[in-house]
Amino acid sequence: MSFINFAGREIQCKIVYYGPGRCGKTTNLKYIYSKIRGNVRGKMISIDTKGDKTLFFDFLPLDLGKVGGFSIRIQLYTVPGQVHYNATRKLVLKGVDGVVFVADSLRVRREKNIESMQNLVDNLRDEGIRIEDIPLVIQYNKRDLQGGSVPILPLEVMEQDLNSHLKVPSFPASAVEGYGVFETLRAISKAVAKDVSRRVLSGRRADLQLGERR
Amino acid sequence: MDIVLMQEDLDRIESSLSRILEKSGAHCILLIDRSGQLISACGDKPPEDTVALAALTAANFGATAAIARMLGERDFSLLFHKGKEENIHFSSFGEDFLLVTLFNNDASLGLVRLHVEKAVRELSQIFENVFRK
Repeated sequence: MSFINFAGREIQCKIVYYGPGRCGKTTNLKYIYSKIRGNVRGKMISIDTKGDKTLFFDFLPLDLGKVGGFSIRIQLYTVPGQVHYNATRKLVLKGVDGVVFVADSLRVRREKNIESMQNLVDNLRDEGIRIEDIPLVIQYNKRDLQGGSVPILPLEVMEQDLNSHLKVPSFPASAVEGYGVFETLRAISKAVAKDVSRRVLSGRRADLQLGERR
Repeated sequence: MDIVLMQEDLDRIESSLSRILEKSGAHCILLIDRSGQLISACGDKPPEDTVALAALTAANFGATAAIARMLGERDFSLLFHKGKEENIHFSSFGEDFLLVTLFNNDASLGLVRLHVEKAVRELSQIFENVFRK
């Protein structure tokens, strides 16, 4: 549920980073926070446990600049990945406008990725949203481990497991090293901005033009 | 569902919020939705903090609603946290909205509640019109 303020010419949207426990959702947000200038980002809030797991969510507001005369503000949230935190995940999904699914490239995490994607489908359905209808991108995280001692999944296998039906944009990434993080963010932000403007602004084109003439 | 507010809606909302500030002695008031989006703020908290406050208070409310359901209640429509010097009062209205009032020990809880209740009636009316458009 985005919030459109015609008076302040501002659109606020909510993007949620979803995925199994320890796949790197928080690391994505921390990397974004560390690389973005202070004037376009707000405070990052983390509700986590001492064991480094997200207990409730991480939160990072960003200014994306202007689209069609409107400032776009997005709020990034992560969910706790561990299976038993489902009630909390549902709370964070409330009012979501776009989802980044972060998948773990470790071979041993293959099942967890698939379970988490199914859990996303179920939780979105409870919110009244079909996964096919919401802006979604997939990130294959931890690609920096390729060629190391830990076996990782080939991208084709991950695509087959998670994206064969959805066919959404997907990005290999390493949230620790930073590659693929901004590509993912850019893709989801664009998709959300497009979706919100299609949903809302198209029906109010006259208001918009009137506002711009003022 | 999106919330789309025009200038006249926001003017009415802001005047309702600033009336609570004037009359109750509270020093900051936020109107947010349950997904954590800040809709309007009035008072002396810096904007950077209000965005985070909105996210955290919506989460707090969501968590408490889950407790309410375990007790057979649908929701707790009112929450109050008392600190040594700062206090915070939450009131939910409609399906989607929360009014968050911050006040210190110079203001009385009773007065805050009274004026919040009045404002909630006004705001419910405003949003009814917004959704009817």
